[in-house]
Formats: sequence, structure tokens, C-alpha cells
Amino acid sequence: MTLVDFGYRVLRTRTAVSSSRIAMRTATISAALFLLAASFALVALFLGDYPLTLGDVTAALTGRADDFVSMIVLQWRMPVAVSAVLFGALLGIGGAIFQSLTRNPLGSPDVIGFDAGAYTAVVLVMLAAGSQHTWSIAGAAIGGGLVTALVVYVFAYRRGMQGFRLIVVGIGVSAMLGSINSYLITRADLDDAMQVGFWGAGSLSRVTWSMLVPVLAISLVVIVTVIALAPALRSMELGDDMAVSHGTRVGAARVALLIAGVATTALVTAAAGPIGFIALAAPQLARRLTGSAGVSVLAAAAMGSALLAAAHLLSHVLAAVFRPMPVGLITVCVGGVYLIILLIREARTRSGAAR
Amino acid sequence: MSTTSISPGASVAGTAVPRRGPVWAILVAALVVSFLLSLAVGANPLSVGQVWQGLIHPDSTEASIIVWTERMPRTLLGVVIGMALGVSGALIQALTRNPLADPGILGVNAGAGFAVTIGVGVFGLTGMTGYIWWAFLGAAGATVLVYIIGSLGRNTSPVTMVLAGVALSAVLGGLSTFLTLIDETTFESIRAWGVGSIARVRVPDVLTVLPFLVVGLALAIGLAGSLNAVALGDDLAASLGTSVMRTRVLGIAAITLLAGGATALTGGIGFVGLMIPHVVRWMTGPDQRRIIVGSALGAPSLLLISDVVGRIVVRPGEIEVGIVTAVIGAPVLIALVRRRKASAL
Amino acid sequence: MNAPVSLPLRAEAVTIGYDRATIAEDLTVGIPEGSFTAIIGPNGCGKSTLLRAFARVLKPSAGRILLEGKSIHAVPTKELARTIGLLPQTSLAPEGIRVADLVARGRSPYQSLIQQWRPSDEQAVQEALAATRLEDLSGRLVDELSGGQRQRVWIAMLLAQQTPFMLLDEPTTFLDIAHQYELMELLRGLHGEGKTVVTVLHDLNQAARYASHIIVMSAGAVMAAGSPHEVLTAELVEDVFGLRSIVIPDPVTGTPMVVPLDPRGLVVDLGDSTSAAAQ
Repeated sequence: MTLVDFGYRVLRTRTAVSSSRIAMRTATISAALFLLAASFALVALFLGDYPLTLGDVTAALTGRADDFVSMIVLQWRMPVAVSAVLFGALLGIGGAIFQSLTRNPLGSPDVIGFDAGAYTAVVLVMLAAGSQHTWSIAGAAIGGGLVTALVVYVFAYRRGMQGFRLIVVGIGVSAMLGSINSYLITRADLDDAMQVGFWGAGSLSRVTWSMLVPVLAISLVVIVTVIALAPALRSMELGDDMAVSHGTRVGAARVALLIAGVATTALVTAAAGPIGFIALAAPQLARRLTGSAGVSVLAAAAMGSALLAAAHLLSHVLAAVFRPMPVGLITVCVGGVYLIILLIREARTRSGAAR
Repeated sequence: MSTTSISPGASVAGTAVPRRGPVWAILVAALVVSFLLSLAVGANPLSVGQVWQGLIHPDSTEASIIVWTERMPRTLLGVVIGMALGVSGALIQALTRNPLADPGILGVNAGAGFAVTIGVGVFGLTGMTGYIWWAFLGAAGATVLVYIIGSLGRNTSPVTMVLAGVALSAVLGGLSTFLTLIDETTFESIRAWGVGSIARVRVPDVLTVLPFLVVGLALAIGLAGSLNAVALGDDLAASLGTSVMRTRVLGIAAITLLAGGATALTGGIGFVGLMIPHVVRWMTGPDQRRIIVGSALGAPSLLLISDVVGRIVVRPGEIEVGIVTAVIGAPVLIALVRRRKASAL
Repeated sequence: MNAPVSLPLRAEAVTIGYDRATIAEDLTVGIPEGSFTAIIGPNGCGKSTLLRAFARVLKPSAGRILLEGKSIHAVPTKELARTIGLLPQTSLAPEGIRVADLVARGRSPYQSLIQQWRPSDEQAVQEALAATRLEDLSGRLVDELSGGQRQRVWIAMLLAQQTPFMLLDEPTTFLDIAHQYELMELLRGLHGEGKTVVTVLHDLNQAARYASHIIVMSAGAVMAAGSPHEVLTAELVEDVFGLRSIVIPDPVTGTPMVVPLDPRGLVVDLGDSTSAAAQ
């Protein structure tokens, strides 16, 4: 039997119990990006207030270093490194889900108002309750975010969910919360306001093992769920009618995907504060790099990891050379510039030779 | 009466052709009411009768002085800014065919913010008047950059432009935040400026920016017809004889002038440009000419009412209009989108 | 209907409609086994709505849709997707997708998390591409194809789904005349292979030429159902469409052919019931 010509190289795998098909380019690029992310995160282990040598780090990783070096590498920096790779992937996944569901390149988990809700809750906790405690901040972020997402969903639901309505209600609620945030921040004491500002810029350096372990566990559940739902997501790209006639349970899948998407943002925001832009940029960057049709969750995750890990490394380099800068700001700048470069390249290729 | 098109694959969204009369009457009435309210409300509350008297017979009664010297400039500014925001919002949604678009998406707010932050942080700029030119240039610069990126190909793709705008806004926003976080005075100044307000603008500043706004408005009205064609898709528009390229360039110029001018004067008032065109379209239908005029009438109402509320709620203090617009506008927007007749772009 | 015919796909006293509008009430109609059924009628009469109800895309507010005697809403979704396939009137293709990819999407009902691409999937896609003569175009971008070619891709996707029932909603709209007939011939071939084809059509003569069974609808009700010879008469055309015509045998195929009488001065005045449906 001749194989189907898909127009690009395809990797078909077949075992006794499973089979799959993936575009070669998507597979290799995703693998490369994950590898890159891991490398960046590894290199970042060397940097920080106490610069370490290769010997130090290897010793620490193999359990042969002294207590102090061990603590630095394994207790302080390792969770941060892991979170750089993991959170980046989560954000990429969240962005991919929302952009696919809303069929809008501007779609992101924030469209449902989650980030705005998390921010407001944290602002209230920091300003009104005067608390800086990590867990109360994390709890507030998740709580505020989920309540907002729920409110948005409820307001947007009217005999069924319509993408457009969801977007508009999400924008409305986000804007209201943004106003409240502005009000609180401008009326607050300067120091408090700056504290909030710092939290709002997102930073991985607060992540500790005690925080990371539960996040890891939940992330695993979320990732497995998304993998299970990926075929449904792909099916819905063709429109609801077509998806139904292909056997997809559209209503249930959509709700589950929304929850998974919101969960990705919730986890990251709770642990590290709002890290912006990756959810928006990673799927777009991934699509253009892999040349895939529609949104590829795997490539978006890989790209998100690479972006965040790169930003994380960069923030350490900058801290050593210039001054400390929250990783959230770096992701925004790096991601933004990279997206612009890609857009320019894409535009130039279109205007040149025929594809 | 009304035609309901049912296309499989979409839940039924009726495109009802509305009756014309009430829509315009409602918009104009809203504008008049908000205008009068804005003149009436304040530290010395005036009754509508007093406002009316003060308006028609400008003399030296206390009411008249209050109306003309204290509140009229602010109210007029509200109208002008409102029109600029509303119309630029209508334009951006027509040009990008994207319901998530607002004038800020082309980088106007981020560009203005970045320029002002640099001005304050690096050059030690102080005072509103100083901010204005920086803000305007920043806004214009960002928009031009976004347009260039979006138009490098043979055809300007709205999607590319929107993404470029979002990317650039993010980069500039990040850099601005960085600059504010490393210096307290910068943080303080930007924190105050960043929240849009019409209270701190003075007449000479307005007059400087006014020509730009007028040109922008004229451009917008002139383009309305072409925008109808562009809304049908590039190919169809071209076959109808519209120069898509020219419409886009002029449209972006208009948006820059209007939104850039408004942001330069007020520090950035969000949500109005996003919400009003949607609401107006649900009332008037998809004709861009109606949407633009409707937005020019409707946006000032929202702005003025928000300003009035901001003046009342925490008397004798004030809440800046930039904060109130979303708190008032969002519930209205949500209520409207839940009506079954709400249709997509 | 004269002799009792097996109706594997049947709507029983269904009421179907959308948010505000009820399109059809208490409607009972069936699709004969192994037939090539064409559903025709004026705009707004409910043909698309009925088709979508049969495809389980639209749920009736009353009554049931039966497949082999069982309510289709009781059949597991994936199993139904292997039995009834639908080609809606308008479809979205993800940007940048290639032909083979889009056709392969039709295999969704057969794929599971562990088995995502089996030899049977590969073969189904190959056969679908061959039947629609798209092998040479299989690697091309769908965006770059002509309207006729693009429609063939959607048909191929439906073919890859390998369903015994194929439901198509106005598949010939936007196609030029040659491609229209090419598509109809393809459908006839599929019917010859044993598939039950149900298609909504605008062109009465195409319906007469190809269909073995015609259902005529108007204002949410079935006005007539039967073979083309039984159904297409000048009286029916005038009653349902408001068009005076004569019906003669097609000179090539012998099937009924509707030829409008001089339409000059024609004013379509159908009376209350049909103008309500047109809204």
C-alpha cells in the first residue's frame, strides 16, 4: 500500500498496541525546544548571588558536595530551574487551548478574566490585609482567578456557550477588575504599591520545593487531561457541526478544555505571579516555526518552556551585569521582540517568491 | 420585517435591521443628558434649570460662572475625548475585523506610556504639558512601527498587524514597568499619569492637540464608506473599486491622530474605544457610516457619565474617569451581549 | 408512499427549530434504505434544518430521530459518527492545512488516544483521495485550491469517514456547472456502491436526474415524497415554488425536467403560509 503524501515529512509510529502520526518538523522542533529549555535552566543553576563552578554543581547533583553548596543548588535553585521549564510549558498549553477555542490569535487564558481576578485578589490581600505571606498570596491568586473565571462563564452562558459572548464578557469583567486595581494602586501607600508592582511583574525566584511539589502534581493531571482532549480540540477547529458529526462531545470537551486552560494560568500565577505574554506568544511562535495548520499544543508547550527558560537565564545574567529584573518583564520583552522578528520574516517571505 | 439568516455551523444570530428613528434619538438624548449632568454636578450642585439659565444667559451670576469657567471646559473636553476614543475604536474594529481590538492594540497606549516614562525617568520631565508632546510622539511612533511591520508583505494583513501591535505593546509595556520599578519617583509619576483623567487637562493643552483630533475625525468620516467595502473582505472590496491599501493607511493615520491625541491629553482611558462600537453596531446595524457617527455620539455620553459618577461617589474627592468607564461600561456591555440578538462582528 | 419501504433513518413527529423560530412541527419523514434522496424546497422551508436533525447536530424539542429503530441520541457518539456523516453548507478549514491532513480528519471517529493512525486509516484516506481524484493534490495547501477542488477535498473527508449514510447540505453551491455534475456523478457512484446518500439541493432538475427518492418540503412540512416521476409535477412546482412550468422528460436521461413557462411579469405570491416560512 502506498503511503499518503501529506505534503510534508511524517513520522508514523506503530507498535503492538499503539499507533500515531506526527509531522516530522513539529516533532523535531518541539524536541529541540524542550532540550534548549532544559539547557538554559541547567546553565542558570550556576548563576545567582553565589556563582558556582561546574565542579560545584556536578558535585551537588551527585550528592557529593558540602552542605552549603548542596543547599544552594538543590534547595534554592533547582526548584526555580524546574519551574522555568514547567511553567513555560503550562503557559504555552493554556495559550494554545484558548487560541484554538476562540479561533482568535489574541485568545489567551486571560480572555476569561482569570489574570485580572487573580491580580485584584492579590492586590486586596497585599494592600488591605497587609499580608506578604507566600501561601496567602498564592491562595488569593487562585481564589480570585477562579471566582472571576466562574463569573465570566456564568454571565456568558445563555442556553449554551458562544465563543464571541465569552470573549466579550471576559473583556468586560477584566476591564472592571483592572479599574478596581488601578484605583487601589493609586490610592495606596507608595511602598505597598511598589510591592504589588513587583509581584505583578512575575518572578520565579520565589518558588520553593514546598510550593512546587503540589504544583507539579496538579500539572501532571492537567497535562494528561490536555493530551486526552487534544483530539477533541483538533476536531473543533472544523466548527461545531463538523466536530459533532465526527463524534466529538463538543459541549463537554469545551468545558473541560476551558477548565484545563484556566488551571494552567492558575498554577503559574499562584506560584510565581502573573507571567505575561507567553500564553499569547508561544502558540503563535510555535505555529510559525513548525508551519503547522491550526494550533499545536505540543509545539506551544515546548516553545513556552524555551521562552521562559531563556528569560529566566537572561534575568540572572542581567542581575549579575546590571540589576535584578523580574522574569515576567523579560518574557514580555524577549517574547515580544521574537514575535516581531518572526512576523517580519513571515511578511517578507509572503511578498517574495510564491509559496 | 426582519430577515433571519440561518447558516448551519453557527448558532442562529439574527441580523435584525433596526428601525432608524429611536436609535439616533436615543444617542443624541444620551449625549444631551450627560452634557447637562456634567455641567450640573460638582462641589456646588446646580439644578438643571440653573444650568440651562447659565448656559443661555452667560452673565455674572454664580451659576453662570460655575457653568462656564469651571465645568464647561471639562465637559467639552469630555465630549472631544469621547468622540476621539469612540471613533478610533470603531475604526480599529473595522480595519482589523477583530472584536478584541481596541485602539490600544496598535500600540498607542504603550507607545505613549513608554515615551512618557522615558521622559520622566531618564530626562526628569515634570508637568502635564511636558508629557503631552512626548506622549503623542510615542503613540505615533509605535503605531507607525506596527503598521510597517504589518505591511512588509505585499498585502497588509490585519492579523499580522494586530499581533505586531500586541507584541510591541508588550515590549514597550515591559520596558516601562522596568523603568518604574527601579525608581520610586518615576513609579509615582507614572502611576498617577497612567490612570486616565480629564480633570487635570488645561485648555491651552487641548487647543494644541485639537487640530490633530479634528483632522482625525474628518478622515474617519471620509473613510466610512470605504470601510464598508473593506468589511466584506479584501478581495471583494478591491472588486468594488476600493483601494484597500489606501483605506488601511488612512485609517491607521486617523486612529493614531485620534487615539494618540486622546491618550496624550488624558493619560490613557481604556474600554470606551472597545465597548462603544460594539454597542452602537448592535443598535444601528453593520453600516460603518452609522457606526462611526453613532460612536462619536455614544462614546462622549459614556465618558461624561463616568466622569460625573467619579465626581459624586467619593465627594469631595474624585475617582478618575479612566477607572470609572470600565466599572460602568462593563455591566452594560455584558447585559447587551446576553441579549439574543447580539451578533458577532 | 405505496409499498411499505424500509426506512432506516426516520424522523418521527419531530419539532425542530432554533432559539426563536420553530421551523417544523410534528414532522414525520424517512429516508428509504440504500436510496439517493434529494430534499428540495424553497428557501427557509426547513431542508437544512431537517438534515442537521438527522445528523444529530440539531436536537429536536419534541419527537425522535430513529436509526434502525433506535433513537440516535441513545447511540454512542463515536458509533454514530461511523454511521452517519455530514457535510455542512459552510465549513471552516484551519489556516495552513494541507489536503491530505484535512481528509485525514475524517478518520476521527475511528481514532482513539492509543491508536491514532492505523493502516486502515491510511488506506481510507488513500481511497478517498483516489475517488475524488485528489492524489496529485494531496500535499497542497487547501487555501490555494480552486472552489471546485476545495469542495472535492471536503467530499473526500466525508468519504474517509466511511459511513453508510452520507448527508450533504447543498454541496453544489459555489461550484460551476461542470463541477456540479462531476460532484453529482461522484455521489451517484457512491450510491451505486451501496451508500445511502441524502442531499439538500436547489436544482430541481439535478435532483430529478440523480435521486431515486425526492422529499419536497415547504414551510416545515413535507409536501410530497416519492420517486422523481411521482413527485415532480407542474402542479407541485406551482404549489410549492410559485412557479408556473411544464414538466417534460429530460431529452438525455428521461427523468422529469422542469421548464419554467414565460416568467415575464411573474410575481411570487404564495399566500400566508409560505411567506411566513420565507422569513
